[in-house]
Amino acid sequence: MFLKKIVLSGAFAGLMGSAAFAADCGPSGKSVRILGSDFPAIQAVSGAAEANCAGSAGEFTINLRDNTRDMMNQALTPNPAEYTSVIVANSTLTQLMNDDLVRPLDDYVAKYGQNLKPTQLITINGKVMAVAFMANSQHLFSRTDILEKAGVDGVPSSVEDMVAAAEKIRAAGVMEYPIVMNMKVGWNVGEVFNLFFLANGGEMFKQGSAEPNVNSPEGVAALNSIKSLLEYTHPDHLSHASNETQALWESGQAAMAIMWGSRGAAVLDAEGSTEEVTSNTVLSAAPTAGGGSVPAATLWWDGITIAKNIPDEDAEATFAALVSGLTSDLMEEHNDKAIWLIDGFKPGPAAAGVAQSAAGGAKPYPMIPYINLMHNALGSELVDFYKGDESAEDALADVEAAYRTSAKEAGFLQ
Amino acid sequence: MKHRTFFWFILPTLSAMILFIALPIVSVFVQSLFIQHEQVLIVSESCGPFGCTPTTSIDVEATAALRAAQPLGRFNGLGTYLDRSHLATAEVAEIWAESSGLGSFVSGLMDLKFYKALFFTLTYTFVVTPLVLVLGLAIAVGVNNLPKAMRGVAIFISLLPFLVATIVGSMILSWMLDGEGIIGATLQIIFNDPSLSIKASTSLMWIALMVYGVWHTLPFSFITFYAGLQTVPQDTLEAARVDGASKWQTMMNVVVPHLMPLVSFVTLMLLMDNFRVFEPIISFQAEAHAQSLSTFIVSDLREAGNPLYASAGATSILTIIGVAILLTPVLIRTWRDFNVKAH
Repeated sequence: MFLKKIVLSGAFAGLMGSAAFAADCGPSGKSVRILGSDFPAIQAVSGAAEANCAGSAGEFTINLRDNTRDMMNQALTPNPAEYTSVIVANSTLTQLMNDDLVRPLDDYVAKYGQNLKPTQLITINGKVMAVAFMANSQHLFSRTDILEKAGVDGVPSSVEDMVAAAEKIRAAGVMEYPIVMNMKVGWNVGEVFNLFFLANGGEMFKQGSAEPNVNSPEGVAALNSIKSLLEYTHPDHLSHASNETQALWESGQAAMAIMWGSRGAAVLDAEGSTEEVTSNTVLSAAPTAGGGSVPAATLWWDGITIAKNIPDEDAEATFAALVSGLTSDLMEEHNDKAIWLIDGFKPGPAAAGVAQSAAGGAKPYPMIPYINLMHNALGSELVDFYKGDESAEDALADVEAAYRTSAKEAGFLQ
Repeated sequence: MKHRTFFWFILPTLSAMILFIALPIVSVFVQSLFIQHEQVLIVSESCGPFGCTPTTSIDVEATAALRAAQPLGRFNGLGTYLDRSHLATAEVAEIWAESSGLGSFVSGLMDLKFYKALFFTLTYTFVVTPLVLVLGLAIAVGVNNLPKAMRGVAIFISLLPFLVATIVGSMILSWMLDGEGIIGATLQIIFNDPSLSIKASTSLMWIALMVYGVWHTLPFSFITFYAGLQTVPQDTLEAARVDGASKWQTMMNVVVPHLMPLVSFVTLMLLMDNFRVFEPIISFQAEAHAQSLSTFIVSDLREAGNPLYASAGATSILTIIGVAILLTPVLIRTWRDFNVKAH
């Protein structure tokens, strides 16, 4: 009798357990088609959605690839769209909203969003347009052993500290080019300017208009900060993007780096590097610039959107499936793969830098319809300054002229 | 051939050319005359994990209404052709007015991306084309004079650069030239200068791109000239030898004139290809030092979210005009030769 009771209660507990795990996948037999960038955090989220809801969906496909931003607008334009959901970031949400390709999520959040925190909801004009699940940002990577060898105390916290430390490392004959940064011509050059411009308190556009505002004292200060760092970077820096800088770091050829937080886990793991490098790498907030207190970093999030041009029931099923994955169970399994915004995340050493950049008051990457045009103008026109062919003011004047040309063509300026 | 037969003979090719070449060019031209509608903007509050900020966004309904009324956009005439990203007429006039001499005018012009790219593209074209012609002929003559048994191997080896896909070949060379690569690092050791970097110097980068351009297109001119050499009439060669002509004289007075139509053909192809130089710039990651009109077209179209169709269209049409201008002297020459032979 006693035994039977135990077996029964055990079965009951088992039932309860499985009930708690059975995710609410919304309407069944619908089509779920996800497009996203190919990195570990997105693999985890889409994988969890598939594990939970592939059984009840009529069709469940996941396409993770590089450069999704180049094709997502085309993919969502037809009706029905090629995908029911695109995993976006700050900049790509703007890009989809510019063409009216994503739908408001308020109803779905009310129905399926019990696990979501209010800070995960990206609201624009009063409507939830995306649900963020992870954050990303640039921050500082330092090699404590090299800094110590050159007689530098602690980890640098400002650009001026970094330059002083780099000079000491060079003078001590330890390394000729101790600093690495993502300075590849194009998007990366533009992004580095954004970091320092925003940290100096700059505003990209005149208040409430699409008129450019980068040719300003803040802009010149930003360029001078960057140039002072470039004195100590590898001469090939204009061809270095994330993969090259990560490789330089992992091969032990750098002592300080401004790189993406999402590279933190890849740098600290045992692959591709030596024990000497990984055990002495410390992540901290991005440096401040020009005597200010704001770290030179932009904050990014990655999140879920639902396509507009699809049947409502597909949209509901897709949202339910993706949100079913954003739980503390996911955190237990994939805690170190990203800086999660999800309940239950415990920041590890790979997350320390981004957390500190955010706590220091770094600005989010602007979500403005014409930011892409400005970013591209910066990416191509600042190169002459970095090569030493042009003054900061002239380069910034060129940026504004180039931006005006494309903004006129795109209809943002008259 | 009767005109009627000729017409039916040429019809399939002609219609394919109109459908897939002529009409798209017309369409590109038409699109280059229009720019996007005025975007209707609204300012609102946006909130997320990092707090709330006032944000501008597009009023999609109002913009969609404008778009439905005029699907092509706003007519801009030749405005896009004359703007700062293309011919930059206003900027050029200003630079001309402000410049103190030719030197300062040229350096002012080099600040405008179109002229900077044009300068590189023309330099590339006029350095690579003659080198490929001369070296291609030299290799062809060399291979032709080899003993028969060795020719097959020699031809195969000479063709290798052509067999490697451009993007792959240039990427391999790019890695070798890198400061951490085998050529880049060796140069640093030879010159005892650790800051020597090909990728950091505009002039070295240009040389690298042109060397790659020559290496990659050489097999094309080689194989064409080699084929031509097989048709040089043996009796003329023998007559020249009997007359006591040296090898060099035979080469310049018999072989080269015989190959002239091929030289025109190869020059035409090379001018067209080199003016549209693209892959090496991308795989050498040389955008800081060299841009071409083709790289502009791609970056305009890849402008995620806001593809600049008018700008890309205008650059395409300007490229076509540029190629046409470059080819004109060669075409005129060919036409004259043809007329001389016909009469």
